[in-house]
Amino acid sequence: MWIVTLCLLPGAGWGVYLYGTRAALVLAAAILSAVVFEAAAARLASRVTLRDGSAVLCGLLIGMSLSPAVPLFIPVVASAFAMFVVKWSFGGLGGNWMNPALAGRVFVAFSWPGAMTTWPAPRTLDLVDGLAGATPLSLVKATAPERAQAPIAVLRDAGYPVSAFDTEVTSWLNVNVLGRAGVNLPTGYVDLFVGNVAGSIGEASALLLLAGTIFLFARRIITWHVPAAFFVTFAVCTRVFGGLTAGLGLFEGDVLFSVLTGGFVLASFYMATDPVTSPLTGGGMLIYGSVAGIIAFVLRAYGQFPESVALAIILVNAVVPLIDRLCRPRRFGHREVRHGS
Amino acid sequence: MRRLTFPRGGIVPPDRKHQTGRALLWNAAIPRTSIVPLLQHSGEPAIACVSRMDRVREGMLVGRAASSRSANVHAPIPGVVREIRPVVLPGGISCDAVVIDMDGEFDLLGKRAEVRDWQSCDRRTLSRLIAEHGVVDMDGSRLPMPLSYGRMDHRRCDTLILNGCESEPYLSGDHRTMVEQVSSVLTGLEIVSRVTRPSRIVIAVESNKPDAISALRTAVRSSGLESHVVRLRVRYPQGDERQLVKAVTGREIPSGGVAADVGCMTLGVTTARAVYEAVVLGIPLIERVVTVAGRAIAEEANVKVRIGTPVGDLIEECGGFRKTPMKVVMGGPMTGHTVTDLRTPITKGTRAVLALTAGEIRGARTLPCIQCGRCVTSCPMGLDPTRLYKLIEHGDLRRAASEGLQDCTECGACGYICPSRIPLVRQLRQAKIRHGDGGSGE
Repeated sequence: MWIVTLCLLPGAGWGVYLYGTRAALVLAAAILSAVVFEAAAARLASRVTLRDGSAVLCGLLIGMSLSPAVPLFIPVVASAFAMFVVKWSFGGLGGNWMNPALAGRVFVAFSWPGAMTTWPAPRTLDLVDGLAGATPLSLVKATAPERAQAPIAVLRDAGYPVSAFDTEVTSWLNVNVLGRAGVNLPTGYVDLFVGNVAGSIGEASALLLLAGTIFLFARRIITWHVPAAFFVTFAVCTRVFGGLTAGLGLFEGDVLFSVLTGGFVLASFYMATDPVTSPLTGGGMLIYGSVAGIIAFVLRAYGQFPESVALAIILVNAVVPLIDRLCRPRRFGHREVRHGS
Repeated sequence: MRRLTFPRGGIVPPDRKHQTGRALLWNAAIPRTSIVPLLQHSGEPAIACVSRMDRVREGMLVGRAASSRSANVHAPIPGVVREIRPVVLPGGISCDAVVIDMDGEFDLLGKRAEVRDWQSCDRRTLSRLIAEHGVVDMDGSRLPMPLSYGRMDHRRCDTLILNGCESEPYLSGDHRTMVEQVSSVLTGLEIVSRVTRPSRIVIAVESNKPDAISALRTAVRSSGLESHVVRLRVRYPQGDERQLVKAVTGREIPSGGVAADVGCMTLGVTTARAVYEAVVLGIPLIERVVTVAGRAIAEEANVKVRIGTPVGDLIEECGGFRKTPMKVVMGGPMTGHTVTDLRTPITKGTRAVLALTAGEIRGARTLPCIQCGRCVTSCPMGLDPTRLYKLIEHGDLRRAASEGLQDCTECGACGYICPSRIPLVRQLRQAKIRHGDGGSGE
């Protein structure tokens, strides 16, 4: 748990840099309240559990998935819901069937939709007034498709700015790498990748989150099964059907845009992989990730809320016991007995 | 080059064999006092056939096999029987032991043994010689030897496997034996094959012992023994009979069954050597190779030790403790038992004496299970250790049994891999015993 927390810190630090002290306050509120509630709940169960680090991690995840502009009671309520309702009513660490951080976030998102969807601009980006308060994803979702258009083009038409850094990196990539393969990358993706956009504190920078996962993989805290299955099904669905809602044809979805927005990286590597609420075996994890990927896509494309990924994971959490039953390993020495030798 | 292994579960822990795997075997000093338990095998204890103040010679019978499920026990040293008193062996086995104070002349030590022409003996004679000399399976089951192949009687044994895996960390006694005494090991193997008449002989060694593999290959070629040496991938618990048979033949020993059920027999390296000594040299099983290792031991080594030597004497001989050990373990780090009394004797089944420091034991506090599933992935038997653990905690032994509790081989892979440090093996082991006692009539 502590190691996962450590791996998240670069992403969180970047968020604090982008959005200033306000972000730090939100993170602090989330973590502190999570720790206090955990301690209180554990005390009710006459246990001391703070050392396992799960409360800090849960608070950090909640904080990172919130907008830096939320009123400070929101992270506190999210932590309370996560700790008392989701985690400790099922017996604390290891007993919960739903990811507490995700559940807390979704709970407050449904309770205070207005406050939860106000996104300040990062310090590196000048947003014109009309665009303040929207993330790239919510902007694209809110823009009625007047004509068939890829999401990144929608952003440009709406006047969403592109940083100088993005322009530079994109042109370098196009000249030196992608151009040789005959591909031309439009501007805007690099900003999404490094987190140079309006968004929640932690889910903005895919780059730093991915960097953290290297350590998670190396220490074998997470395995490839869940993120890979999640990514592949989500990407395939997006590619095949993702264009339809924007008036484009089949096979014209924008995978890159989809996985770089809406907290996909944070959710697939740090939340879906939560050992407590994911299946036990590799096979089970593949099923779990795949189902989550499909649901995430459906909710993303046709749902009302931007947190489709979070909802998808929570939904699949509910069927994990079934998946585990389905994927129980064959016991050694039992096939022969059943068929007679 | 084939590099076989078993298909599911298993772990690759750091092997910690470098030190002892390279050093030559040496003979430990003869103990002043030898404590010889009458139950060093699984089955019934032997019946003492000496009494207090009796004078015994080296290698003389002191405990007679009570039945076919029992084994002879011999005097490891010459001397006088001081007393016959109860002892508790690691793992909680209690039985009587013959305590011998050394005195008098050695009949076997340092003498050239007479070589028996075993080639001209028939099956029955060979089998009798093995039994008479108290040979038991010294590497795993501790069953009296005739029992382990006796189970073959009604079935055709088509594969005899020499188990040179030694996949458990620290242990390297088999490794050194294969390198230094390859011809006696092969002769032992040949004798057993004469008794069980398999259609093929496979010598299975893990690939981290290249010197043993080449020694065996050369020896096999020159001895003309019809067998082939296979290299196995390094993976624990490959030395377990079930995993070994699966790796070598692809056959799966049925739940509750034995290797004979699938036409196989496995023979440990140390056991093969004991068979050689018993049949060819006529020396009963009174000594064995023990790996003495762990960071708390001053001079890690593989030592030939007389049965009945107190653990403390052996450690003393290896330079004593360099650091304060956190615990002393008899047997391997995964499957062994902690001992608290350094007067506990070495028995026929003691593969190692380990004095482990706090750094070697990852003795952190137990945390709640987080359902990570690593124990499930590591279990070679396809069990769900964490689920069994919880069932046992809730007192539902019956349910645990129906989910395979008795299939657990106590290899310890799950406990090793558990990030929450839950004592899975201890719990399962105790529950197996409880269930075996009370619920067998189910």
